[in-house]
Amino acid sequence: MGKRIKRWGPGLLLISPSLVVLAVFVYGLIAWTVKVSMSDEHDALGSKGFVGLKNYTDLFTNDINDRFTHSLKNLLIFTVVFVVGTMVLGLLWAFLLDRGVRAEGVFRTVYLFPMAVSFVASGVVWRWLMNSNTGDDAGGLNWIFGELHLGFLQNSWWTNPDWGMAAMAMPAIWQLSGYVMALFLAGFRGIPQELREAAVMDGTSTFQLYRHVIFPQLTPVALSALIIVGHMSMKMFDLIMSVSGAQWLTEVPAVYVWQALLTSDYAKAAAIAVLLLLFVAVLIVPYLVHTTRAERRS
Amino acid sequence: MTTTTTPAPPATPTPAAPRRPRRDITPASVTGRAVRYALLLFFLIVVLMPAYVLLVTSFKSGSEIGVTGQWNLPQRWTTASWVKAWDALGPSFVRTFQLAVPVALISSFIGAANGFVLSRWRFPGADAVFTLILFGMFIPYQAVMIPLREIVTTIGVPPGIPTLTLVHVIYGIPICTLIFRNYYATTVPEEIIEAGRVDGAGLLRTFAWIILPVSMPGFVVTVIWQFTSAWNDYLFAIFLSNTRNGPITIALNALAGAQSPDYAASMAGALITSLPTLFVYVVLGRWFIGGLMAGSVKS
Repeated sequence: MGKRIKRWGPGLLLISPSLVVLAVFVYGLIAWTVKVSMSDEHDALGSKGFVGLKNYTDLFTNDINDRFTHSLKNLLIFTVVFVVGTMVLGLLWAFLLDRGVRAEGVFRTVYLFPMAVSFVASGVVWRWLMNSNTGDDAGGLNWIFGELHLGFLQNSWWTNPDWGMAAMAMPAIWQLSGYVMALFLAGFRGIPQELREAAVMDGTSTFQLYRHVIFPQLTPVALSALIIVGHMSMKMFDLIMSVSGAQWLTEVPAVYVWQALLTSDYAKAAAIAVLLLLFVAVLIVPYLVHTTRAERRS
Repeated sequence: MTTTTTPAPPATPTPAAPRRPRRDITPASVTGRAVRYALLLFFLIVVLMPAYVLLVTSFKSGSEIGVTGQWNLPQRWTTASWVKAWDALGPSFVRTFQLAVPVALISSFIGAANGFVLSRWRFPGADAVFTLILFGMFIPYQAVMIPLREIVTTIGVPPGIPTLTLVHVIYGIPICTLIFRNYYATTVPEEIIEAGRVDGAGLLRTFAWIILPVSMPGFVVTVIWQFTSAWNDYLFAIFLSNTRNGPITIALNALAGAQSPDYAASMAGALITSLPTLFVYVVLGRWFIGGLMAGSVKS
């Protein structure tokens, strides 16, 4: 026994500072937030009585103007458009590049470059592009639509009270499609060449080759991409703060936390943050457990 | 399941397109190629469009920003907006370097040590511990932000850059650990470590003499990753700093976020804000992508 501890003990010792820090700053602070979310600390005075799940139920049933439900609806629209948009574009780009093109590196570099830019910086230009004026006052993208005689496409973008969040997803799609492309491209390139050649030998058409050989092999990559992009979407904060600022029209839970804190409503902010964490955990935890298990099997 | 379980060696670029069996040139294949290139070019233009707007607008003077001709090149090129933006962003630009460089270096060393232990000097339960560590990189930081603000004040970390440095280092541990763990697992053979152990090499000696010398590619990836995340971060910055002591994203948002912003100066500011990370991306692109791929855990 002593010999075995001598074998792995130093390793554990080396990593233990990180483990302690993460135990405190990840799990400890989450526990603390959960505690705040069950208190009645609704102002800077902080009475800190225990109220159980009241803050959570209040969010769904007793929030002024159904503000929290509204932020969830915004998040849902944003997430659907963002996830579908990046997945479709990412797969399409990877598909186009996989077939082998000249100057592939140039296309890849350009498609991916928005990843290097912060949402705060790109928000500046997207606010300009998504100018909500139409007709003679049209600016940004609306102006282009006007010039191209596509006036019917002119719209109020994120300021539309019903579907504005779909427009808000556009900058996010612009920024992250390249990332999904990189994932898919690695997936395409990971498929053994023999598999393709064998299929071609058998007289498989290109369509069938992709339909029956290549796409099924990409399922794990697609799943990874879906989970990464999906959880980023739930946390979306910078982009919205930069394009519209914190306001009712475009509020999502991540922004609502910030707004609640500005009014020193700690309990409410904590409750929203915990719900946000739960949403993300539902997506991420099975993924982490699955990948760890799959790794151990191999 | 090979694609999810084989860890990508971080520093390898996306492999080149494999050679395909030569096909006969038919009218159909020519049309196919034309469509493919047309689509690729179309998306190239779409993706570059915001960059064009940024550049063009930033060289206009404030008075030239009207409704007419806003997509045109400037009638008179001027750097006035760049000067104005630099006046607003300069101090925070310097501060952000003071934040991002130490964050990148410290995180990388911590990640190297952790990754080494979790891949090549394992202890019972190492996999479970690794999963618990990884979870930390996915959490929405709002879920820790309320007590975090209290805790950094209580333990007396000076506000602004020192606080942000600490926070970025802590929450960067999971991704850096992941990158190095996957890197060592694929590049350092177990046998070398075992051979060292037989010769009596302890943990620190193995790490310093066997592991660190081959760690450069891993370091490049984590340094780029952490530098970029710290540079581009807005969430921690807005919760834990302000325009006087915070990083450049805060300053840019103050410059551009006004009710009727000066678009020329805002866009010059957005470019100034993006230059360091864009530089890193263009010069060290393939390693940058290595970090991105690691972000998908085990793609």
